[in-house]
Formats: sequence, C-alpha cells, structure tokens
Amino acid sequence: MATIDVPEQVSVLADAEALRKACKGWGTDEKAIISVLGHRNAVQRKQIRLAYEDLYQEDLIKRLESELSGDFEKAVYRWILDPADRDAVLANVAIKKLSPDHHVIVEISCTRSPEELLVVRRAYQARYKHSLEEDVAAHTKGDTRKLLVALVSAFRYDGEEINTRVANSEAKILHEAVKDKEFNHEEIIRILSTRSKMQLMATFNRYRDDHGTTITKNLEGDSGDEFLKTLRPTIRCLNDPKKYFEKVLRNSIRRVGTDEDALTRVIVTRAEKDLKDVKELYYKRNSVPLDQAVAKDTTGDYKALLLTLLGKED
Amino acid sequence: MALPVDIEALDKAFSGIGVDEKSLISILTNSNEEHKKSLRKGSSKLFIEDAKGFERSDQSSIKILKHQFKRFRDAVMLSVLHPWERDARLIEKAIRKGPKHYNVIVEMACTRSSDQLLGARKAYHSLFHHSIEEHLVTHIKGRERKLLVALVSAYRFDGPGVNEDVAKSEAQILYEAINNGEKNKLLDHEDAIMILATRSKQHLQALYQHYNQSYDKTLAQDLEGEGILKDTVECLCTPQTYFTRVLEAAVKEDADEESKRALTRVIVTQKEQLVKEGFVPNKIQDILLGLYKDFMLASIASGDIK
Repeated sequence: MATIDVPEQVSVLADAEALRKACKGWGTDEKAIISVLGHRNAVQRKQIRLAYEDLYQEDLIKRLESELSGDFEKAVYRWILDPADRDAVLANVAIKKLSPDHHVIVEISCTRSPEELLVVRRAYQARYKHSLEEDVAAHTKGDTRKLLVALVSAFRYDGEEINTRVANSEAKILHEAVKDKEFNHEEIIRILSTRSKMQLMATFNRYRDDHGTTITKNLEGDSGDEFLKTLRPTIRCLNDPKKYFEKVLRNSIRRVGTDEDALTRVIVTRAEKDLKDVKELYYKRNSVPLDQAVAKDTTGDYKALLLTLLGKED
Repeated sequence: MALPVDIEALDKAFSGIGVDEKSLISILTNSNEEHKKSLRKGSSKLFIEDAKGFERSDQSSIKILKHQFKRFRDAVMLSVLHPWERDARLIEKAIRKGPKHYNVIVEMACTRSSDQLLGARKAYHSLFHHSIEEHLVTHIKGRERKLLVALVSAYRFDGPGVNEDVAKSEAQILYEAINNGEKNKLLDHEDAIMILATRSKQHLQALYQHYNQSYDKTLAQDLEGEGILKDTVECLCTPQTYFTRVLEAAVKEDADEESKRALTRVIVTQKEQLVKEGFVPNKIQDILLGLYKDFMLASIASGDIK
C-alpha cells in the first residue's frame, strides 16, 4: 500500500502558482514545496509540471534544480519525475558510476512489473539515446554482465500459471549452485531472467520445502565475487521484494553515515507502491518505526520531505 | 482418351508454387472416366501403377500437393493476422520445428522495428502463456540459444547519433573474434553477441561500413557458412540482401517445402520494402501459379498502400 497522503480535491493550477510563489524572490520556501509536491501522486505531479510550463513558460524541474541543493534537491528531483523516467535516471546514474551500482539495476529490473520495465526501457532511450541494455553491456563485464543484461531485457510472462515439475527441477539446479558455490552461471541466469515471477516463487518455495531454509538464507553474507554480489539482490528481489526493500532501508540508516542515495531511492520509488507494507516489516524487524529511524538520521528539508512521503502528518 | 496436351497441362498445374486452379477446372470438369483414366496413366507426378496394375495415387506426391493447395490459404491467414500475432506465431513455429528454422527467429527479431518486436513479445504472452525467451531456453539446447535469446530480448534504440570511434573499435572486436579465434566458437563469444544484440541498427550499419573499409571484405562475407550469425548480420545491416537470398532460394529448382514457404512469409511481411527496393517480380512470376500467384503479385503491386 502507498504511504503518501493525497487530498481529495486538487487544483494543479493553484499548485503551480504555489510552487512559483515558493521559488520567487530571494530564498526558497522549501516547506511550501514539500507541502504541495509531497502530497501529490504521479499523475498530479505531471499535470502540475504542465500547468507550470503553461503559466510561466519555464520547466518546473529546471527551476527547482536551480533553487534547491544537496540531498533535498536530489530527492525532489527524483520524486517529481514520472516513475518510468525516474527509474531511467536511477539506472543511468547507477551504470555511469566508476564502480557501477549493480544492485540498483537489479532492483529496477526485478521489482518492477514486466510492463513497467518496458516503459522504463522506452524512457531510457528517450533520455539517453541508447538502449538500457546497451549501456549496461558497455559498463559491465563477465558473467555479471550476462546476468544484468538478461535481467533488464526480460519481458516476463505475467500470468499465474505455474508448472510444478519445472519448479522442482529448477529448485534442484539452484540448490546445486548455491550449495557447491560452483555457480553454473548459465543455468542460473537462464532461470532467473526468463521465468515468470509466479513460476519463480513456486521454485523458491519448493527450494524452501526441500531444504528447510530459504534460498536467500543460503546466500547470506556480503562477500564473494562480483557475480555473487549481484546474484544475491537478484534472488532477494524476485523472492520477496518488500523484504528486500526493508533490508536496503535498514542498511542505509544503520551505516555510519546514512546512505542517502539508497534511502531516497527506496522511499521515493515505493511511496506510491508498497512503502506501507515495508514500514510494517521494518517495525517488526527493528522494533522502531521507520519514521522515527529516518527522523533520527536525517535533517532539515530533506528529512521533512522523506517524512512527508512516509505519510507523516504535517 | 486424354490428349498429351491435357496430361501436360495437368502436370503443369501442379508444377510450380501454388496451383493453377483455372486449368484444373477446365481439364477435370470436361473429363469423363476414359479421359481421367488416361490422365492417371499419363501423369508422371501423381499416380503410380502398383503390382496389380492398378493406378493408385502416390501418397507422397499427394502430400506435396496438399502444401501447394494450402499456399493461398496460408498467404491469406498470414496477411490478415495482426502483425504482432503473426510474428509471434511464426516464432513459436520456428522454435518447435528446430535448427533449420532458427533463421526465422533471427528474421523476426532483427528485421522488425523495436516496437514491433515488443508487440510480438506481448502477443506471445497472450497466445502461448510463456515469454519467447522462456520457450527459447526450454526448447533450444544448442549453442544458438544464447544469440537467439539475446536477439529476441533487444529493445534497440532507433535514432541517429552513432559514435564512429566505438563502431570502429567494435568492428575490430568482431574481426578478431572471427579471424583469430576459432570460428566455431563465435556463438559463445560474449562480446560479439553483446554487440550484435544490444547496439542500434544505425550503429551496426556504421560498424559494417568500418569493417568493410578496414578489412577489404564485408562482415557478411567473413561470416559465410556461419548460419544464423550471418543471418543476424545481414538482417540488421543489409536486410535487402537477406530477403533477396531467401526469395531466390524459394524459387530454385530443388527448393524444399520450407524454402518455398519463405516466399509467402517474405512477400506478405515485406511488401512495402519490396516495392521500395524496386523488387521486380519477374523471377517469381514464372514459377507461381493460380490464385496464390495473383495474391502474391497483387501484394507486391499494392505494397506502397499504407
């Protein structure tokens, strides 16, 4: 369930005016920006941008970029984009890093629905004049590259049918791979990048039933080669995305020095999806509400925006 | 008694691609039992005399005849289906039928636009309840699998702005893969597959030019005998060469049934291209027959109708 709190009646014209007012003159009224944008869904945000452009012949995003700074600016920028466009930007940022953030690419390709991923690929092309798979291929190598390209290129069947025979045999294959740490990469990549999500769930359940522990537990740890480091989030995202997001949030806050990129990314991308469920998981796991943990670890307007997206009342 | 000219006409009605329906009507409806008997005796194609002197039908010939009669129907079906469903069904059939048909998968994946390929993938979900890539990995165990999955999963950028330096260096990568490595390991060459499967067509066409300039031969020439690798390069860089090759194979003297079926597929799916390229139907005119011929020629003639 979503966490953002959207009022019943919205006037995008009034919103555009309010944002204009917040940016005019010396200094910026960040609170006003948060109070408008933090309570609008994707469709409304898009309409506000169009209304703003209409009224003031200026790109709202560019205006905000010039007025704001730091983690707050990054968060607002990501929040205000269309979900598919946002994912394209996140993917590009992840790819272009000196040491690419493979897990972000995994996250985008495995937690979005097949249709959503297609729209992301389209948005990526429109923005960067390259295909997503092209850029991933150009910035990664070896088996990690094979896995990532396969994941971003996948257009999974999204039906409910599962084949128990296949679940059985593929659970075996995965177990062999995990147990021996002799990863037959070809087979793993094949299974994880072509099967439907329902089929994979059946396979993971079968794995758990056959071996007494979940596959993610068997993959625990932070070490290992590049492929393993990319494989773990892949299986986690496909197996239980909410649990995966809880873990990312937990790690982003726990680390000495908050990982703002990860914190922003998860909150912004899930606020309209399932952040509520992730919050519940967080509380169960950490005995501390997520709002509280975020409030303790962040400051200023950045903190205010995150808490708004988390559904905290103003 | 049937005149030799009748027997010849009967044979001729079945001696091309398609069937000369008009000729058959005129021969057979005017034929009484005596006449038919001598037709059967004289026909070299359809009837054989068994040990008891009984002229019976030659079942293998009749089977071939079935294909000929079916052609018009298949052409109609192919032309009336939504392009996405059409391509999805062609791919599914090719996967089922085996290695000799993999070029059809390459053709679908590489000669359609990015959005058409995406559409075919969606249609495939609806029709077969699996993704194409899922079926590919389930049914294809050979080394072609990697390339085919990669090609079918591509959503290539379609636009200008090729980085010539990158195109040139990737031409070199392909050159070295072909000429320095073992040729039969090409299908496992990761970089080569990545280049062919992820780069835009514009980029690959530039790469093709660089290859030609740098090495005095074309990439297609260097891939002679390399089956779907050559098909891939041709479909992406010089599709008219690929389609011409397929059409010529279809009308050859000893063409097999699959090659002939390609005629329908290529003409129906590529008619706009054929018109643009100024494809002259002379070659196929002589060998096509009947309603099938009318349909094919009319398709090409009207190819520029949008």
